Amino acid sequence: MRDAFVYTHQLNLVFDTGLHALRDVNLCLKKGEFVSIVGPSGCGKSTLLRLVAGLLEPTSGVLHVDGVTPLQARREKQEVAFVFQEANLLKWRTVRGNIRLPLELRGIPSKQATGQIDTVLNLVGLQDFADSLPRHLSGGMKMRVSLARALVTQPDLLLLDEPFGALDEITRQRLNEELLALWEHHRWTALFVTHNVFEAVFLSQRIVVMSSRPGSVVADICVPFDYPRSPELRSRGDFAALAGMVSRHLRGDL
Amino acid sequence: MTRLLEIFVPPLLVFCLFLLIWQSVTVIFDVPSFLIPAPVQVFTVAWQNAPTLLMASGLTTAGALGGFFSSFLVGLLVAFAFSQSYLIQRSFYPYAIFLQTVPIVAIAPLIIIWFGTGFFSVVLVSFIISVFPIITNGTAGLTRISPHLFDLFAINNASRWQILWKLRLPNAVPDLVTGAKISSGLSVIGAIVGEFFAGYGTDQYGLGYLIIVTSGQLKTAYLFAAILMSTMLGLLIFGVVSGLGNLLLIRWQE
Repeated sequence: MRDAFVYTHQLNLVFDTGLHALRDVNLCLKKGEFVSIVGPSGCGKSTLLRLVAGLLEPTSGVLHVDGVTPLQARREKQEVAFVFQEANLLKWRTVRGNIRLPLELRGIPSKQATGQIDTVLNLVGLQDFADSLPRHLSGGMKMRVSLARALVTQPDLLLLDEPFGALDEITRQRLNEELLALWEHHRWTALFVTHNVFEAVFLSQRIVVMSSRPGSVVADICVPFDYPRSPELRSRGDFAALAGMVSRHLRGDL
Repeated sequence: MTRLLEIFVPPLLVFCLFLLIWQSVTVIFDVPSFLIPAPVQVFTVAWQNAPTLLMASGLTTAGALGGFFSSFLVGLLVAFAFSQSYLIQRSFYPYAIFLQTVPIVAIAPLIIIWFGTGFFSVVLVSFIISVFPIITNGTAGLTRISPHLFDLFAINNASRWQILWKLRLPNAVPDLVTGAKISSGLSVIGAIVGEFFAGYGTDQYGLGYLIIVTSGQLKTAYLFAAILMSTMLGLLIFGVVSGLGNLLLIRWQE
């Protein structure tokens, strides 16, 4: 387990209310790997992500990010970024201002920040909207801003908590493709939480299926398709077969 | 331009009609002028005493502005403290309510015993009457924030100060503007009430003192003029604060 970038062993989380949120979760991500976690709502997949982000403390078990605790990875190495369910933007800041926030909080001088912001604005195709306020953007564009804000810190680990759940199907598919293109280029380690099986199969190298109450891992499925993945992959028979298998795991039929 | 006319002409017509009826009634029924002076009489007296009225208005404006600015500053600081700890909020909130509920008439004698009559005591009364909306609205704005935004700041290792300046304070701007609008109107009331009790003792006096004196001498037309000035002063301060507030809020609109 020395080469694991994210490593959990017998991870448990019991809330103060007595709710057993996660039970004996074992998870291992190699550096640069794209792994999705699927599971029914309330299975603790978002909670697991918050643990990896160091926003929550586990009750028992081992949890390492890049060989240190999540809090150290976040505070000392500054290598973790998080993309939230909603775009989660500051509505009084422009697109540029929102993307600048993580750099501001790190005390990076504005000259250097401007260059980094321009780079990620180009990556997500929002260079023409740099000075717009969030209320003037569509849902998909807001999510791109949110993604850009996570990428501007050049993270090694990107945690995504159902980022495209609120978008329409076409926008979701397009953003899936854009996210994948970015990942292939930068190869951060990605942990992607979703309840959408097709999204998980399209994006990831590996899918971890969780069951609910208490949340635990029931399957770890390898996705064999090569990158780059084109949109046509979605209509292939083996894609559908794999999605079907993941769904059966989700329902608990296997 | 036509829109402006549409907004201002109808209420102005109502006002003129009102004056006309008022004037006719006092003339036709021969109402004694110490009871209800005719509008023409009020304007004549106002014109004759314009320097005194203006001087008094100026002093009352200064008292109201003193009360308004001090309550904004102190209210904001209290709201800051409340936002930092729920314990502080719970411990001190009842005393903030005390400021709101204590009859100013009851503590006015105390204020005069402690601080004497004069400008400072007037400002103090205005402050006591107008500080509460800033505290409540400010606290609401500083604390009613999506937990996901706090997560965003935590992920980026924001300090308590950074959260205050870059998240809580900007989030509170709309509430602070609302609080300031309410407080601005109250500060004028506070200044005039303050002058009732403490507005004498120097050769300069404000509208509140003028109101007390003219009513005592049954100079009812003069009293009406003073009341008119008080009302216009309240409208003016409220209008300026609202205008500045709306200008500030352009970024915050939904």
